[in-house]
Amino acid sequence: MAEQAAPAWKRWLEEGGDQVFFLKGFFRNVFRGGFEWSEFVRQCYEIGYKSLTLVATTAFIMGLVLAMQLRPTLVDFGAESMLPRTLAVSIVREIGPVITAIICAGKIASGIGAELGSMKVTEQIDAMDISGANPMQYLVVTRVLATTWMVPLLALMGDLIGLAGGFLAINIQSKVSLLLYFHKCIGALGFADFLPAFIKTIFFGFAIGFIGCYKGYNSNRGTESVGLSANSAVVAASLWIFVIDAIVVQISNVLLLN
Amino acid sequence: MEPKPAHKEKITKKRAAPGGEVVIHIKGLKKSFGDKEVLKNINLDVHKGENVVVLGRSGSGKSVTIQCVVGKLVPDEGELTVFGEEVAAMNEEELKSLRTRIGFLFQGAALYDSMTLRENMEFPLTRVLKIKDQEEIDRRVEEMLDGVGLLEAIDKMPADLSGGMRKRAGLARTLIVKPEIILYDEPTTGLDPMTSREISKLILQMQKKYKTTSIIITHDMDCARITADRVVIMHEGEYIAEGTFDELRNSDDELICSFF
Repeated sequence: MAEQAAPAWKRWLEEGGDQVFFLKGFFRNVFRGGFEWSEFVRQCYEIGYKSLTLVATTAFIMGLVLAMQLRPTLVDFGAESMLPRTLAVSIVREIGPVITAIICAGKIASGIGAELGSMKVTEQIDAMDISGANPMQYLVVTRVLATTWMVPLLALMGDLIGLAGGFLAINIQSKVSLLLYFHKCIGALGFADFLPAFIKTIFFGFAIGFIGCYKGYNSNRGTESVGLSANSAVVAASLWIFVIDAIVVQISNVLLLN
Repeated sequence: MEPKPAHKEKITKKRAAPGGEVVIHIKGLKKSFGDKEVLKNINLDVHKGENVVVLGRSGSGKSVTIQCVVGKLVPDEGELTVFGEEVAAMNEEELKSLRTRIGFLFQGAALYDSMTLRENMEFPLTRVLKIKDQEEIDRRVEEMLDGVGLLEAIDKMPADLSGGMRKRAGLARTLIVKPEIILYDEPTTGLDPMTSREISKLILQMQKKYKTTSIIITHDMDCARITADRVVIMHEGEYIAEGTFDELRNSDDELICSFF
């Protein structure tokens, strides 16, 4: 068994090492100058604007379902009035950022992985490199910074729309004004709820862009590898989202809540 | 040590010695991937303004040789200098600078498929030559596309172009930065005989116009006949013969004849 496990560990370590070098290459190119502004803006549009509908729909449904699921339990304890506060804390702290990031991992990381993988297979990345242009600067830096910038904005929007979904669910069975609902939601939230959640979405965005680019940029030759790049980008980015979530929650609990 | 094949001696003697400055010098080049020795002992000098065609079967190491020339692969052993500079000893900036002087035409043309033909042409001008003046960029793009007969397709996406048009577009994008050396990796593969001949003639025409030095990797005898000043035959990681196209075609060596 130990003999069989060794090559897998070796591959895992090799990939870890490759990712460190890729990360180093990314940061070196970020600060090198000659930033590709027009490509960055185009990527923000592709990544941010084109994900709006998907993120908004998912967040709205999550808010709606969460409110519907929570309500009976809170009613049993005579704490129905706590529903907006409970919703606000759970959506802003955890559900909004994580669901948005998972949706983005599925849509954006796979898209980047497949796009760069396809460019690798058809030698477009090699053509850029051999021509003396800088593919890291043009393809990787722009995409990673665009996801790092857009995922937090999408998560903020997702939080608001999720709360709107919760408002609709509450109003199906009882009557609460929009003003009162949002007043209760905002009243429940503090600096310690909002800030760590926002910070972790920045890391989520970075992880989504970075993993998508790494998997695509390092895909093997052959069309099969394009699919594998897209698939492994989603799996790895989703895993990193949960790892980052666990780390940030631990750190924020130590720093802000205690 | 195996004795040097007789055909190699004979044909090398027959070939007229090319003149001019040596721009690519390869001596004792070796490259392996794992246990597989792809390049065994490559020796080649390419002179300024010369078109050298490298013939060989698939997997004989032709593409690996030109990837070493451009610094994409690092050889295990041997000497490889371009413009007198050792490629393997270059740092990233020196390699980037060298690559601005070398054009590389990929087998599939490698056009950037998310960009129009115009944007494909503009890319090396703005990123490699750092030209900012839009009028100058437009002038160069239109002149180059006109040269390869693709001016009408300037706003088309690569997916809308035929195989021959894609090759011509790839050639135009390679030439737009006016490289001194062009490396062609099977420029006519996948094309019908008529289009292949058109591309081969275009390569020759462009070489005369821009006075470039070229290494052309091909299986296409018609392409070799049209473009070659000198032909080198590669077999199992070694150069086994060199000479003009006619010299090699009329060789009495069975192995050499099998390539024609």
